Amino acid sequence: MSRAAHKKRIGAEAIEEKGWLGAHKWLLLRRVSQLSILALFLVGPLAGLWIVKGNLNYSYTLNVLPLTDPYVALQSLVAGNVPEKLGLIGVAIAIAFYLLVGGRVYCSWVCPINMVTDAAGWLRDRLGIKGASSLSAKTRYWILGMTLLGSALTGIVLWELINPVSMLHRGLIFGIGTAWMVVLAIFLFDLFVMNRGWCGRLCPVGAFYGLLGKWSPVRVSASKRSACNDCMDCFEVCPEPQVIRPALKGEGKGVGPVILAANCTNCGRCIDVCSKDVFNFGLRGNNPASTASIRVQSGAK
Amino acid sequence: MTAIPPKNSAARRQFLFDSAKMACGVGMLGLGLGLYAKQSKALPALALRPPGALAEADFLGACIRCGMCVRDCPYNTLELAKPEAPVATGTPYFTARNIPCEMCEDIPCVKACPTKALDHDLTDINKAKMGVAVLIDHETCLNFLGLRCDVCYRVCPVIDKAITLDMQPNTRTGRHAMFLPTVHSEHCTGCGKCEKSCVLEEAAIRILPPKLAKGELGKHYRLGWEEQKKAGHSLIDESKMVDLPDRLPEGARLPGHYDPASGQTEAMRGMSGQEVVTIPSLPPGLGGKP
Repeated sequence: MSRAAHKKRIGAEAIEEKGWLGAHKWLLLRRVSQLSILALFLVGPLAGLWIVKGNLNYSYTLNVLPLTDPYVALQSLVAGNVPEKLGLIGVAIAIAFYLLVGGRVYCSWVCPINMVTDAAGWLRDRLGIKGASSLSAKTRYWILGMTLLGSALTGIVLWELINPVSMLHRGLIFGIGTAWMVVLAIFLFDLFVMNRGWCGRLCPVGAFYGLLGKWSPVRVSASKRSACNDCMDCFEVCPEPQVIRPALKGEGKGVGPVILAANCTNCGRCIDVCSKDVFNFGLRGNNPASTASIRVQSGAK
Repeated sequence: MTAIPPKNSAARRQFLFDSAKMACGVGMLGLGLGLYAKQSKALPALALRPPGALAEADFLGACIRCGMCVRDCPYNTLELAKPEAPVATGTPYFTARNIPCEMCEDIPCVKACPTKALDHDLTDINKAKMGVAVLIDHETCLNFLGLRCDVCYRVCPVIDKAITLDMQPNTRTGRHAMFLPTVHSEHCTGCGKCEKSCVLEEAAIRILPPKLAKGELGKHYRLGWEEQKKAGHSLIDESKMVDLPDRLPEGARLPGHYDPASGQTEAMRGMSGQEVVTIPSLPPGLGGKP
């Protein structure tokens, strides 16, 4: 525990202040969401209880609700193929949902790889692994563009040939084969090679969903930013730390407290780890340039 | 153009270099992925796609790897390709020798497909073309050895159309018949039940992609006998036909043989049909007399 003397663990203050449950509320909710979505897919093949058929690329729930992954559908579209009716309805529903709640909600509340990379991130922090190589967070957009161009040129749904997200999810439901090696590779990559390397820099699925939800109304807001004591825990814990600064530190620059960056995954970890309750989920429109008065209200309370 | 401040110009240079770095790095990845995609179009001969599947190159662009066809197949015939399989990852296929297609009348796999990867216009399973059965090994097929196995013929869902038994004299014994399983590709759906049930250690009959299994006549080819049947008469003036002498062993005589050009059978002309069909062309033992 000598390390603890050097560096206080992320969120330690919040745990003191709000209790362990209070400081892990959104994390727990996210895990419940991720695991129950997976469970819904699994009770079919494991228990013969067919609530959801298919996988994250396309699923059919209770024979009424079709859901199609819009990124896969887009690759298929540029390869020259239009889905059947149910497939199209599925795309429309998925797009509408993520336009509303934020595209990268897919990443933090649905995607099974998120648990792998979160685990790598957690272990990386525990082991105190620092430095290592880095890549621009924009790399994913280049990869996204490449997969779309490549799909058009080859006529194949290109990213699906190697997409670790669908490999893991499909593998858990239909039999994993050697896909676990790909998942392990991503874990080790995030752990030793690059901090938040996969989800934060490379994955074109996340890049696509980020762009999809760029103007979504549901957002994390640093509405009590005047209470911030610069402990840096939110930056440490955030999978996309670059998205926080403009909102949290925008008071003097006339920038509102709502995190508007497309890459915020609405995971809510910043809300959890903040001992001062600076962050909360809110709406995009509720974004006054100055939030100094909010402190007064919270102080009065 | 001269008014660009130096700071701006440096930023622009940096931007261009960064972009070049990205384009090159991601281009390399794309190149690898593209080559892999090219490879993935080469479906192994024994991996069969579900009924109604588009041609392989189109299938890989239309299929979104959801596994709905796998789920709705009542016989667990289909599986999604795992990364190590020589089939494009996540796409559905089956191996006839493991579990063949049972040719459900309502074709649930096609109905379940949310894309056009499986052709929804396929409503008659007998029109499916998953492949073509080929009796690939004449040396081990029991029927070719003169035995009566017949299993592939018996299990064929399109029996007597897709597979028939063609009787041939067994020249080894000189006194028996061989019943050769013969595939007629226009009726074969490629369901694979024959391959599955072949009693040999390695199946002598296998489902192959039509591309591998079938020859193709030149487009200009006409089969004279069929044209004649269609027209109802010979397409040429037979009275003007030049007949060349048939080559026969010296001194041989074939009673009833019609060969106007040889000058040897002239006298035989006008014989009744009865005598013509008794022309011995069958090997001894099969000529009619016991």
